[in-house]
Amino acid sequence: MTLRLVVIGNGMVGHHFLKQLVGADRFRITLIGGEPHPAYDRVHLSEIFSGKSAADLALASRAEYESAGIDARFGDRAVAIDPVNRTITTEHGSSVPYDRLVLATGSYPFVPPIAGNDLPGCLTYRTLEDLERIRAGAAGARRGTVVGGGLLGLECANALMNLGLETHVVEFAPGLMNVQLDTEGSTMLKRKIEALGIRVHTGTATQAIERAASEEYALTMRFAGAGDSLDTDLIVFSAGIRPHDGLAREAGLIIGERGGIAVSADCVTSDPHIYAIGECAAWQNRIFGLVAPGYRMAEAAAGHLLEEPAPFQGADMSTKLKLLGVDVGSVGDAQGAVEGALAYTFHDPVRQVYKRLNVSADGRKVLGAVLVGDCETYDAVLQYYLNTLPLPGSPEALILPGSELTLPGADSLPESAIICSCLNVTKGAIGAAVSGGCAGVGAVKAETGASTGCGGCGPLLKSIVDAELARLGIEVDTALCPHFRHDRQGLFHICQVEGIRTFDDLLERHGNMRPDGGSRGCEVCKPAVASILASLWNDYVLEKKHAGLQDTNDARLANMQKNGTYSVVPRIPGGEITPDKLIAIGAVAKKYDLYTKITGGQRIDLFGAQLHELPLIWRELIDAGFETGHAYGKALRTVKSCVGSTWCRYGVQDSVGMALTVENRYKGLRSPHKLKMAVSGCARECAEARSKDVGVIATEHGWNLYVCGNGGMRPRHADLFATDLDDETLIRYIDRLLMFYVRTADRLQRTSVWMENLEGGLDYLRQVIIEDSLGIGAELEAQMARVIGSYQCEWAATLEDPERLKKFRTFVNAAGGDDQIVFVRERGQRRPATAEERLLHTDRVEEAS
Amino acid sequence: MTTALPARIEAGVRRRAVLICPEAELVEGSGVAALVDGTQVALFLLRGTDGNRVHAIGNHDPVGDAPVLSRGIVGDVEGEPVVASPLYKQRFSLITGRCLDDADVTVPVYRILLSDGYVYLVR
Ligand code: SRM
Ligand SMILES: Cc1cc2nc3c(=O)[nH]c(=O)nc-3n(C[C@H](O)[C@H](O)[C@H](O)COP(=O)(O)OP(=O)(O)OC[C@H]3O[C@@H](n4cnc5c(N)ncnc54)[C@H](O)[C@@H]3O)c2cc1C
Ligand code: SF4
Ligand code: FES
Repeated sequence: MTLRLVVIGNGMVGHHFLKQLVGADRFRITLIGGEPHPAYDRVHLSEIFSGKSAADLALASRAEYESAGIDARFGDRAVAIDPVNRTITTEHGSSVPYDRLVLATGSYPFVPPIAGNDLPGCLTYRTLEDLERIRAGAAGARRGTVVGGGLLGLECANALMNLGLETHVVEFAPGLMNVQLDTEGSTMLKRKIEALGIRVHTGTATQAIERAASEEYALTMRFAGAGDSLDTDLIVFSAGIRPHDGLAREAGLIIGERGGIAVSADCVTSDPHIYAIGECAAWQNRIFGLVAPGYRMAEAAAGHLLEEPAPFQGADMSTKLKLLGVDVGSVGDAQGAVEGALAYTFHDPVRQVYKRLNVSADGRKVLGAVLVGDCETYDAVLQYYLNTLPLPGSPEALILPGSELTLPGADSLPESAIICSCLNVTKGAIGAAVSGGCAGVGAVKAETGASTGCGGCGPLLKSIVDAELARLGIEVDTALCPHFRHDRQGLFHICQVEGIRTFDDLLERHGNMRPDGGSRGCEVCKPAVASILASLWNDYVLEKKHAGLQDTNDARLANMQKNGTYSVVPRIPGGEITPDKLIAIGAVAKKYDLYTKITGGQRIDLFGAQLHELPLIWRELIDAGFETGHAYGKALRTVKSCVGSTWCRYGVQDSVGMALTVENRYKGLRSPHKLKMAVSGCARECAEARSKDVGVIATEHGWNLYVCGNGGMRPRHADLFATDLDDETLIRYIDRLLMFYVRTADRLQRTSVWMENLEGGLDYLRQVIIEDSLGIGAELEAQMARVIGSYQCEWAATLEDPERLKKFRTFVNAAGGDDQIVFVRERGQRRPATAEERLLHTDRVEEAS
Repeated sequence: MTTALPARIEAGVRRRAVLICPEAELVEGSGVAALVDGTQVALFLLRGTDGNRVHAIGNHDPVGDAPVLSRGIVGDVEGEPVVASPLYKQRFSLITGRCLDDADVTVPVYRILLSDGYVYLVR
């Protein structure tokens, strides 16, 4: 029998519910969505102000619903439920019959009953449309005020600040976020937020809102207490949420004590044909204002409908977030309200960190925690709390900085431990996925959904998957390509230990040799081995024995462009260049008619050279004092710098000098992927060092070292690795770090991904590099010293050797270049002709000479 | 250069062998480009169980639309010698000219003759 199933509300939870029913053909589903568009990610709503579009946040589309056979209607709200005749009436007058009804109507922002709360300029923060109104309102405004200092209020304050408004927060209670924090934590948070330029008024009750008398601002807020008031242009109410339970009330369903539609663990309401899920539902008189519990309810209701019960069991409301750049964490019972609870606290007035750990009277169990300013141990605390793991002898280690105690090991967690709280995936489920054939984090993610929500559980997930694989004795296939069964790291060790210096030697001794003698390697293993050999022995890369191993860019010491010509990038360390050298580059570019552009890496790129022109161009550049910039290599590219203390009024160290030192030290170093660095002269960070593999930022006392940052396809800010280093220590750490990366990373793995995949991550890296926990520090330094000592400019070396120069002939049997390459002139310079232009041969087209 | 040009008669068609260069100009395991009557050819010297062999295919990469195949990396796919284009990495068989990554694409294959230390292309 097909049941007519109607869902009212297409928020995050309503959508999640529909996903549970995909493929269940027992239901004919009608969806009544009150908003004009399908479900979107409300949790990340604020990202609309940092560049995301509505499309980026969309969770569903009309087409998807349609193809799933769902009759989805948007922008027509349900206005009445008739539980006797089982029909729903909508705003536009449709009547929709049902056999089963699911209410997923969510909640709405509570606007306190203050006179004037409906004046123009008074807004809320819940939907895409709300954000559009705020954006429009902010356009001509100077000051914005948020009413409510809870989690959402502060997120909203951040948005107003990003919109360029002077931002105020007015909170009735004595502190901020008093649901999640204790008094001390909330005081610390207030101090930190005020330091960011937001004015916080706690303990302040708004009594009325009026049109302002002055011309300057639009509105005046009147507070309790004589004469207290605040002028503002915009007011956003974020004073809590209220469940959308009106429809249910009028239909006679039972409502919870503090609102919300009362439901059982299966999310059935007092009418057995009606379910309620998400923020409109109250379970044991509690409303859950987070998305994860809503998802659990959606699963419970779907489970009940499909006769596969998955009862709702309450939910953990712990949260970790970054509010205005401030780390805030709250676990379990933050206030330590339970009888006999003991509290450990840690207070760092300089770094402005406050942490509190509430433990049971016997000191064995974590009851809750508050973390403000530093959430490093959040994951550890949460795991101890969720799994009621017995605490170690000194529980304070969980909140003390720099203590050894971090994540409980994968082994110590019980099977029922929830690893991913967003998607509710347990350690047991991950283990089952691995035994079921998922041989890596990617596969486990796809199978279980773990780590596809906030992503916070990623590191723990990886350690569990690895442990599980190891337990099953499964060796992960990390073969580089069909020619070798080792990964890059393995081959590196082999070459080093056995002193192997050529590809053929390695292939013969360790490759998968074919009996027919047809093993020749491929475009994957050859360049990888070439890079290993170069890192180990730093031979000249165009030695005959290495010649066929390199990508054309490495083989011709230049980057191939789309039409087969090459670009030339001389090294300009730190971006510093004399006028004479600029003129020299200009003269060469002009002579060879090269397209000239300033790169994103503070140097100059010359495009359009043919193979046979490369040596001629380089001869002139080297005579003018240039060296190769290795733009073609998996090697050190650029070290960006800012002018620093030499010129800048804020600079505290000589950042250009340090950039030159670093660039000249590591130039020529071959690595698994390219390496970029930068040095900034002060915390203003004009050199963008935190987007680099190695970033150095000057402090009053020396240098802060940041590592494993990345721009490109998957940007990642570098992590602070060590602070206030002197020159020598800085260089020592970079030496070790780079060599350790060269030794252990996979082929084409940037430092960011390498570090994220290292077991133990950043902490482990600190141990190896700073504390020398593996005892290889000296060896890494010595190896680096050897590479540095054997540096030679590859172009200078090439020009000296007539044999090597033969590689730079366009044709083996004819002098000169390829006259079939066609260029077009645009904005005064040459560029490759398009295919159409080549066919048309218009006047603008010129052939290479 | 006094080497006699080896001419060949096959099935009644008169073929011509064009001298390209001394074999010593080629580097084992990699390629060079040559210009033959205005056509660009990519030549590759490979070691085999019975001595060295030279393979020749068109130099033009039909996928990247540029004359670059001679500058690709040489390798094998299950024993079949291939070159991977330096532009977008599609692999072309040095035996058949077939693109292993796109069945609709092929490049011309040329016959090569090695004689007295010289490389000839047979037309
Ligand atoms: C020339 C330049 C663009 C420009 O006109 O400014 C450029 C051009 C190329 N970039 Fe880039 N990148 C250039 C700065 C950057 C930057 C900015 C920076 O370095 O500050 C980035 C982001 C920072 C980063 O790498 O973390 C950048 C991220 C990439 C990526 C993505 C890397 C990643 O990890 O996601 C690639 C692709 C790759 O390497 O696999 C790439 C690859 C390339 C290649 C090599 C693509 C190719 O194979 O043809 C381009 C050829 C350069 C040439 O022919 O000389 N380029 N590229 C810049 C040269 C800088 C220099 O002086 O050497
Ligand atoms: C800015 C912001 C940030 C947040 N950040 C987080 C966070 O970091 N972590 C977290 O866990 N949670 C966060 N939340 C809360 C989270 O978004 C909600 O818990 C979640 O969206 C609730 O989903 P829901 O489907 O129950 O309700 P909603 O998303 O409110 O969806 C209910 C839908 O039902 C519709 N509706 C209501 N009545 C009717 C009717 N009569 N007829 C038809 N349709 C109707 C509404 O228009 C709405 O589209 C945040 C919320 C906001 C606003
Ligand atoms: S980072 Fe900016 S402010 Fe600081 S020294 Fe460099 S240029 Fe000056
Ligand atoms: S905890 Fe958020 S994705 Fe796993």
